[in-house]
Amino acid sequence: MRETAAVRRWMPGGVFLLVVGVCFMLLPKVYGNTSLLFSMMTFVVLAQGLNLLYGFTGYLPFGYVGFFGAGAYGTSLLVLHTHLPVLVCVAGGALAAVLMAVVLGPLLRLSGAYFSIANLAASQILFYVVSNPHLSKITGGPYGLSVQKAYDPHGSYLTMVAVMLLSIALATYFRSSRFGMALHAMRQDPVSASMAGVHVVRERLIVWLTSAAVAGLAGGVYAWNLSVFYPDAVFTLQISVFAIVFALFGGVGTVIGPVVGAIVLYTFYNGIGISAPQYFELFYGVLIVLLVLFLPNGITSVLSRWGLRVF
Amino acid sequence: MSLFEYALIGGILYGIFFSLIAVGLNLVFGVMRMINLAHGQFVVLGGLGASVLVDRLHLNPLFGIPLAIVGAIVIGYPLYYAVVPRLQKSRDPEMLSFILFFGVAQIIEALSVMAFGPDQRSLPGEALGSGSIAVLGQSFPDSWWVAALVSVLAIVGLYLYFARTKLGYATRAIMADRDEARATGINVNSLSALAFVIGLALAGIAGVFVPYLLGSVSPSDGNSLTTTSFAIVIIGSLGNALGTVVGGLVFGLGTMLMQTYFSSWSNLVPYALLVLIVLIRPSGLLGKAVRHA
Repeated sequence: MRETAAVRRWMPGGVFLLVVGVCFMLLPKVYGNTSLLFSMMTFVVLAQGLNLLYGFTGYLPFGYVGFFGAGAYGTSLLVLHTHLPVLVCVAGGALAAVLMAVVLGPLLRLSGAYFSIANLAASQILFYVVSNPHLSKITGGPYGLSVQKAYDPHGSYLTMVAVMLLSIALATYFRSSRFGMALHAMRQDPVSASMAGVHVVRERLIVWLTSAAVAGLAGGVYAWNLSVFYPDAVFTLQISVFAIVFALFGGVGTVIGPVVGAIVLYTFYNGIGISAPQYFELFYGVLIVLLVLFLPNGITSVLSRWGLRVF
Repeated sequence: MSLFEYALIGGILYGIFFSLIAVGLNLVFGVMRMINLAHGQFVVLGGLGASVLVDRLHLNPLFGIPLAIVGAIVIGYPLYYAVVPRLQKSRDPEMLSFILFFGVAQIIEALSVMAFGPDQRSLPGEALGSGSIAVLGQSFPDSWWVAALVSVLAIVGLYLYFARTKLGYATRAIMADRDEARATGINVNSLSALAFVIGLALAGIAGVFVPYLLGSVSPSDGNSLTTTSFAIVIIGSLGNALGTVVGGLVFGLGTMLMQTYFSSWSNLVPYALLVLIVLIRPSGLLGKAVRHA
């Protein structure tokens, strides 16, 4: 009896992981533009990482890109200054993002919009510090960094697949485990949840650090794949915006929503081309407004309206 | 010492002007309990509008002020009634409105790039007087003084609206408690719409002077203006108009002193102030216990 319950609980997540993993492993064989696939996976990870925090605790990190940038710089600096294997450097990049999240931990005391804007400001601070010409000797300043000696498109592609699967697995855990139930209770009513024995502050902090680590991993692998980058490339607010829109579009608080949202919208984004960014910006703006007004739970919520259980 | 005096007087003028930039955001938050994340884009629209008046019609940029008011009415009312009543009925108005206005910001930015092009625009310096006025031996261009004067007039006007008019009293009642205000027969929805339009008009008026104080205006300036405004509003505490002036002065003096002594770090000022203030005193410098206007 217990076994079937456990199977029922973890089955959908396992199947989904398998499908996504196999797809992205096989796709490069039939579709040549691996850099596009790589960017798509990066945004799947970011949308899922943002979903871990926003979907499961209600904190919307507008400065999510800050963790991505911290991961990219942490990884690159380790590659440049140590002789550690690249994967260890990527883990170091994630650690840099987690450290930044620890420093910013007190922001979780703020509610709603205060948190979002303070987080945005924090990511801007990191950007201005990293790109400051006075720190050129350490961070490369506005000229960015180059880690060409570790250049390995295939290895970084595989690592990104792994990071993507990790982010999906984490979302599955948040959705299906006892820990996830506690998060759900906290979202509905933090006071009652803490009465029922949930350590509200601790669990929130765990989610926050996990979400930061996911973005840090993505940033690290992204920098590894890109191998030459400027601070603007890994700190642009556009990255936060993409992650937010993709997650919202698919549906936050679910496992498949952000993945579907990122894949659909990123494909669409490349389909219409970026020759005139303002058209895309207009499209995004209209999409955000329409989503908030008419479909605040994303497109996957349409499925649940039809009676399907959205995982 | 003259460097310090330059920073001091420049900081005061700059700070007064930035209180005008931020005060509209504060008003909208105080009345609607929603953060207008498109605030900076409305400031930019004011600046772009003024530059069109100067380029095409060869008018004085000060005509941008009435244009900003008309623009705020034309854009503000339809926008308010299209989105806000629906949002206020939703499950999480604070967060959803925040995201929605972000979408609005993107739309305005995209449309203004299409209409005006992505380039930076400046205004002729001599239009607001070609001389400069010196205080304590430090001279600043006339345009800075005009901008500070208009800012003071606009903020005093807003204060008088709250302190002397019937509509202003009713608006304050809404800021204090929305439901009780409705219970006493105040038309909460139409007054909120009015406050929203006033907030946009103040943003647009401030925008007219952005090319003078910041050197130029371009469609992509919106987000940083929004964050800076938010920092100023938070420093002075949300929903408090007088606090915004204090916040503006703190920001102006901070920026000018940094530009004078550590210029490469000066763009950190609004962000660092914001993070410090929300961590140390989330309710702002003047706190929520004090309620002016």
